[in-house]
Amino acid sequence: MAKEKKGVRLEHISKIYKDPKTGKDFYAVKDQNLEIEPGSFVTLLGPSGCGKTTTLRMIAGFESPDEGEIYLGGEPINALTPNKRDTAMVFQSYALLPHYNIFDNVAYGLKLRKMDSETIKKKVTDILALVGLEGMENRMTNQLSGGQQQRVALARALVIEPGVLLFDEPLSNLDAKLRVSMRTEIRRIQQEAGITAVYVTHDQSEAMAISDKVIIMNKGIVEQVATPQEAYYYPNNKFVADFIGECNFLKAKVTGQDMVEIGGTAVKCATGSLSAGADCDVVLRPEGATLSDMGAIKGKVDYSCFMGAYQDYHIRIGESVIKIQDYNPKNKKIYKVGDEVYLNFEDNTLYAL
Amino acid sequence: MAKSQSASLDRKKLMADPIMMTTIVLLVAFLTIFILYPLAILLVDSFISDNGLTLDIFKRVMALSNFRRAITNTLKVGFLVGIASALIGLLFAYVEVYVKLRTRFMEGLFKAVSMLPVVSPPFVLSLSMIMLFGKAGIITRFLLKIYDNSVYGFWGIAIVQTLTFFPVCYMMLKGLLKNIDPSLEEAARDMGASRFKVFMTVTLPLILPGLGNAFLVTFIESIADFANPMIIGGSYDTLATTIYLQITGAYDKEGAAAMAVVLLAITLVMFIVQKYYLEAKSTATLSGKASRERMLITDKSVTIPLTILCSALAIFVILMYICVPFGAMFKTWGYDFHLTFKWFGQVFTKYKGLKAFKDSFVLSLISAPITALLSMIISYLVVKRNFKTKGFIEAVSMLAMAVPGTVLGIGYIRGFSGGLFGTGILQGLYGTGAILVIVFIVRSLPTGTRSGISALRQIDKSIEESAYDMGADSLKVFMTVTLPLIKDSFLSGFVTSFVRSITAISAIILLVTPSYLLITVQINEFAEKGSFGIACAFATILIIITYSSVILMNIVMKYFGTSRKVNLEEN
Repeated sequence: MAKEKKGVRLEHISKIYKDPKTGKDFYAVKDQNLEIEPGSFVTLLGPSGCGKTTTLRMIAGFESPDEGEIYLGGEPINALTPNKRDTAMVFQSYALLPHYNIFDNVAYGLKLRKMDSETIKKKVTDILALVGLEGMENRMTNQLSGGQQQRVALARALVIEPGVLLFDEPLSNLDAKLRVSMRTEIRRIQQEAGITAVYVTHDQSEAMAISDKVIIMNKGIVEQVATPQEAYYYPNNKFVADFIGECNFLKAKVTGQDMVEIGGTAVKCATGSLSAGADCDVVLRPEGATLSDMGAIKGKVDYSCFMGAYQDYHIRIGESVIKIQDYNPKNKKIYKVGDEVYLNFEDNTLYAL
Repeated sequence: MAKSQSASLDRKKLMADPIMMTTIVLLVAFLTIFILYPLAILLVDSFISDNGLTLDIFKRVMALSNFRRAITNTLKVGFLVGIASALIGLLFAYVEVYVKLRTRFMEGLFKAVSMLPVVSPPFVLSLSMIMLFGKAGIITRFLLKIYDNSVYGFWGIAIVQTLTFFPVCYMMLKGLLKNIDPSLEEAARDMGASRFKVFMTVTLPLILPGLGNAFLVTFIESIADFANPMIIGGSYDTLATTIYLQITGAYDKEGAAAMAVVLLAITLVMFIVQKYYLEAKSTATLSGKASRERMLITDKSVTIPLTILCSALAIFVILMYICVPFGAMFKTWGYDFHLTFKWFGQVFTKYKGLKAFKDSFVLSLISAPITALLSMIISYLVVKRNFKTKGFIEAVSMLAMAVPGTVLGIGYIRGFSGGLFGTGILQGLYGTGAILVIVFIVRSLPTGTRSGISALRQIDKSIEESAYDMGADSLKVFMTVTLPLIKDSFLSGFVTSFVRSITAISAIILLVTPSYLLITVQINEFAEKGSFGIACAFATILIIITYSSVILMNIVMKYFGTSRKVNLEEN
C-alpha cells in the first residue's frame, strides 16, 4: 500500500536536556546508531526516561538532535519540519481532532495533500475497512471507545501512506485485554500495508509480540539491538536480561567451552566469548529449571504458590533466592515450604554473562 | 556538551516556516513599539535632561507637596480597598460554594453582582454614589434630611472602588474554594472541630495565598484607577489624577513622566509579587480537583445571617447601578422627580451624542477582533510552540497588565507626538483614530491572552502535533485545529475587548483629539460639570450597548460554541 517503504538511519544521534531541578545538562539520548530496514517493525523498548520517546520525536521532527544526523530513505532530514517529513505518528493520547468526525479526521492529511474528493472518499473508506471501522464515518470522536479511537488514529496515519509509521506508546491507555488484541491487530495491519514501523513501548511483552527487532534502551544508551528471541535467550548484559522477562542471576565460574561451575557443581551453559577461569553471572529464566528429589543443585523451598499455569517457587540456595516457575503442575509433585529440592536445568537454557 | 546543533536546527526549521517567522517578527515589533517603547521613553524623559543623566526631575516632583500627598493618598486608598474587596469577595465566594442558597432569587443576585462590573463603565458607581449620598442625594437629602453631606474624598473613592472591584475577588476566590477537596474539611469535622474551627484551621490557611493574590490584584486596580478618583475624589488627588493634571493643567511633560515612572514602579513591584510569587503559590496548594460534591451547610444559624448579609450588599450594589438610568430620566435630580426623556433627547440633539456613540462604537469594534485574534495567536505561540523570543512575547504581553492607563497615555504622548524618538517616524499616528485603536488593543491584550492561555492549556499538545505531523503548516494548524477548539475563548476575548474598549477612559482621555468624541470622555466631562442628567443618559445608553453585546455573545456561544459539542478530553 505504501508508495515506498523507507528505512531510517540514526548516525551518532544525541539529545541534551536541562534537568529542571539541578539546572544541569544531561544526555537524554547519547550517541545512538540505528539502522531500521525498510518494511520492518522495530520497537524502542525501555523504562521511562530511557530516551525512547525522545528518539521517536526526533525522527518525527518535533525535537532536534544535538549531535548526529537522521536519514529517512537515505535522505538527511535534520532540518526538515515535521510537516515536511514523510512520517506519520500514532500518539499515546490518540490526538484525534475533537471538532471533526471520523471521516474528516482520517481525511485531514489527504486534504492537505490536495487530493480530489473522490479519491479521498475512496481512500478513507478503504482504510477504515482495513482497521475495522466501516460505517463509522459520521461519528464524532467522543462517541468512540478507546480501542476505536486508537483505530482511527492508526487509519489517519496509514492513509497518507508515510514512508515510516511512528507509534508513541499507542496502547498504554487501553485496558489489558484490549491491549493484547490491539497489538496483534497493529502487527497484522503493518504487515498488510507493508510499511516501516517504529514503535515505542515500556511493555516488554508487547515489544516481543509485535516486533521484528527490539532496541533496548537505558538512560539514553542503546543496550542491545536484537530479535525478540536473541534478546531473551542471549541478552547482552544484566539490564537487558532483567528487563526482557523475569530472570535469576547465579554466580558462577567458567571452567571451559560451554561449561561453568555453580557452587561447586559443573553445569552445561552457553559461555559465548567468556574464557575459562572468568567469574560470570549465569542467566536462569524461571521456566528454565524443574524441581525433583534429586539432581544437580540442592536448595530449600522458601515459598510455594499455585498460579494455575505453573507452580511458583522461591528456592533458597546458600545466600541467594531463585524464582522458579514449574509449568503444568497438575502432573507433578508439589513441594511445600521447607522441603529440600534439587534444581535440574533444561538443555540450552542457561547463558553466562 | 553543547546544545548548539539543536538550536541551529530549530532556527532552520523556523526559517522554513515563513508564516510563523513573520508572525513572530511582527508580534515582537508590535509589543516593542507599543508597550516597551512608550514606557522606556518615560524613563528617558525623567532621568535624562540636557546635561545628561540626572535625578533633578525626580527631585523637583518630589518637592511638590501635592505629589507627595498623592502618593500617600493612593497607597492608603489602595490598601483599604484591597483588604475590603478581598474580604467581601471571600464572603460571597464562601456563601456561594459552602452555603445552601435555596432560592433562584439569591442565585440571580450573585450572578448580577459578578456580571455588573464587567459590563459597566468604570465610573458609574461614582455617579450613583454622588446621586444617592451627595448634597442632593436621594438618601442623604430626602430620606435622612442631611443637607450638607459630602461624599467627595477618601471615603467616597474607597467605597466606590471596593464596590467596583470586589466582584473580581469573588470570582477568583470562588475558583479556589471549589478546588478544595471537601474530604479535607470533613476529616477535620470528623476529628471534632467545629465549623468555625474548620474554617480557621483548614479552609483559611489553604486559600491564604489566594486571598493575598486577590488583595494585590485589587490593590493594583485601585491605584491605577483614574475615573473614580476623577469624579468623586474632589480635592483628594491620587497619583493617576495628579499625573493627568500635571500634563493637562500644568503642561509639565517631564514632571508628568517622572510621576508616571513612580506610579509604574509601584504597580510593577506589586504585579511581580502577585504574578510570580503568590499566583504560583496559590495554585500549588490547591492544584487538586475536588473528589466529589461538597455537603452544603444547611444549618439555619449559619445560612440566615450570611444570606441576609450577602443579599443586603448585593441589593445595595444593584441599586447603585439602577440609579443611573433613573438619573437620566428625572427632570432635575434631587429636586424634580418627574420622568422625562429630555436628557436622552439632549444627548443627541445638543451634545452630538450620535457622533460620540458612533466614534466609540466603531473604534472599539475595530480593535476587538484584532485584540481577540492577537491574543489567541500569542497564547498559541506561548503554550504550543518553542522558539527563542517566546519568553519575551509572554512577559511583555503580561506586563501590559501592570501598566496603569494613565502611565501608558503619558508614554504615548511622549513617545509618539514627535514620532519615534522624536525623529518623526510614525508621527502620522499621533492624534488619529489609529492610535486610539492601538491603545484599546494594548489595554485589552493581557486579559485576552490570559484567557487564551488557560483555554489552550486544557488541550492536549499532541492534538496540534498530530496535525503538524500530517503535513499541516503553522497557519493551517492554527486555523483548522487551534482556533476551532478555542472558539469560545476567542469569542469571549472579542466581546471582553469590545466592552473594555468602549468603557475605557484613563489612557484615552490623554490621547483623544477633538476630531473624535468618545462616550466615556463625554460622561466624565458632564459629571465634572455636575450635569448628572446628561452624564447618566450617556452612561445608560453605554450600559445598554455593553450589556447587549454580552448577551449576544452568550447566545452565539450557546449555538455555535465548541465546548458543548466537543467534549475535550483531559489527559
